[in-house]
Amino acid sequence: MAVVFERPKSLLDVPLHYCPGCTHGIVHRLICEVLDEMGIEGDTIGVCPVGCSVMAYDYFGCDMIEAPHGRAPAVATGVKRTNPDKFVFTYQGDGDLAAIGTAETVHSATRGENIVIIFINNTIYGMTGGQMAPTTLPGQVTQTTPFGRDPQLAGYPVRVCEMLSTLTGTAYAHRVAVDTVPHIRETKKAIRKAFENQKAKKGFSIVEVLSTCPTNWGLTPTEAIKRLQDEMIPYYPLGVYKDTTEEEGNK
Amino acid sequence: MKTLERNLMKGNEALAEAAIRAGCKCFFGYPITPQTELAAYMAKRMNKAGGVFLQAESEIAAINMVLGAASTGVRAMTSSSSPGLSLKSEGISYLAGSDVPAVIINVQRGGPGLGGIQPSQADYWQATKAMGHGDFHILVFAPASVQEMVDMVVKAFDKADQYRVPAMILADGLLGQMMEPVSFPEINANAHDKSGWAANGHGKSRQHHIINSLYLKPDELEDSVTERFRRYDTIKAEETDAELYLTEDCDILLCAFGATARVVKSAVNEARAQGIKAGLFRPKTLWPFPVKEINEAAKNAKKLLSVEMSMGQMIDDIRLAINCSKPVEFYGRTGGVIPTPAEVLAEIKKVGGAE
Repeated sequence: MAVVFERPKSLLDVPLHYCPGCTHGIVHRLICEVLDEMGIEGDTIGVCPVGCSVMAYDYFGCDMIEAPHGRAPAVATGVKRTNPDKFVFTYQGDGDLAAIGTAETVHSATRGENIVIIFINNTIYGMTGGQMAPTTLPGQVTQTTPFGRDPQLAGYPVRVCEMLSTLTGTAYAHRVAVDTVPHIRETKKAIRKAFENQKAKKGFSIVEVLSTCPTNWGLTPTEAIKRLQDEMIPYYPLGVYKDTTEEEGNK
Repeated sequence: MKTLERNLMKGNEALAEAAIRAGCKCFFGYPITPQTELAAYMAKRMNKAGGVFLQAESEIAAINMVLGAASTGVRAMTSSSSPGLSLKSEGISYLAGSDVPAVIINVQRGGPGLGGIQPSQADYWQATKAMGHGDFHILVFAPASVQEMVDMVVKAFDKADQYRVPAMILADGLLGQMMEPVSFPEINANAHDKSGWAANGHGKSRQHHIINSLYLKPDELEDSVTERFRRYDTIKAEETDAELYLTEDCDILLCAFGATARVVKSAVNEARAQGIKAGLFRPKTLWPFPVKEINEAAKNAKKLLSVEMSMGQMIDDIRLAINCSKPVEFYGRTGGVIPTPAEVLAEIKKVGGAE
């Protein structure tokens, strides 16, 4: 009988700790499919963040390093600079990448580090129980914005792809989502392109993935997908924000 | 620059040259006085030597670049001065907790806060007791000359790799800025096999390696920490080092490390010339503290006198090492003020060496 669907070989066969309905699992799988298809699992070093995906090192079959909170791009820089022939990626959430690790993110981009950043934006701190993230939307209720995020008090959300696309060093910045099958397929294409960019030494690539957190949003998985579509995509429009890796008209 | 030739070099530059010769393949740093010449030297030399020099956006990024590079099994180094070490402390804790060897230089300046830019030894407590959060130690070497800076950098890389711990050179602004003749020994960079743990791509020929300090199960974390402390026991037994100068018959034993020890040695010589039986104990390793060496040095002494460029930090370890069996006095200057031999001699006489 023909096998039509199987676990990617580089996604290890261990139980995932993520909550029901969480989209981390989808993104993990897509990365591993790309590693398998490119045949680079043995030449890849992944860097985990602090947050819900802190234990991603248990799931990826490539070598993995667990970075301090926010420091994954600096750790990845150290790996890549000393191992330029290896593939290096970070996997980071919004608090990790856009709050405590903002400096590391911006400067790895502006240096044009030849690395891939997979950025999971779910507008909340999941691991610590649902506090305001740098990407939390205005009005969004979290543990630390119990009356909804008031920009007058807590400032405005950070649009990461837009910000990084202003930097000369950024080669590729693409925001995708994992709410529908077409979007999931688009996400995989973006991840593949980011790794291909690294292979071709084209520089810094970031794929921002709009994701869900049903547990901390207090929604069912289906409602969470709907929120992503109704509230997140309007604030964080999908699309390619920067691509210097192809000649013209890639957009 | 030829090996074994004597060169006149600044301490900061000698540290950098020694690191490159010891097989350091990358340097990540951030400018801060009084250690900046080290980074500048690396910027000139490292790429030509086939390595990586990168100026990081912060001390925090620099130590994490070290974490990344060293996790792949490469010899990596960063350097800074006191305020920068506070920022690096997070990364050093992760290095220790992940059993990743690396070398960290601290060319100390006055503190706390922004402090000053003149020499100080006020980071002794930080380096030896609490270089970050959690249960861990790092190896701490205390050079007292430019030549010793060279020798200790080579040793620090070797011992860091051997025990899989971070190692620090705790220098100060005086040593960093001072020029002295120095020669570079024929360095036989001990090759340590890192293939059992390094995360440098498994090439589908082994299980994946994970560099990590997270253990959510308390018993697993406890096991990890206690295994590391068993290594510390070996380090304490094998790696202490100290200079004992005129200690055999001394009535008063002076204790000092780093640049201060040179001032104290002058005072000891002057005291001897005046008939006072003074001696000097100079630890070359601050962690592990040379406990048996100081007890040997102090065996005939009636009193000890710790002289430091701080308000008195090493004095705690001295009292512990001799189990408070003899009086330990203190003389120190802080904030970047360097004690003079005359001041130390006066102190020797004051605390009873002249009786």
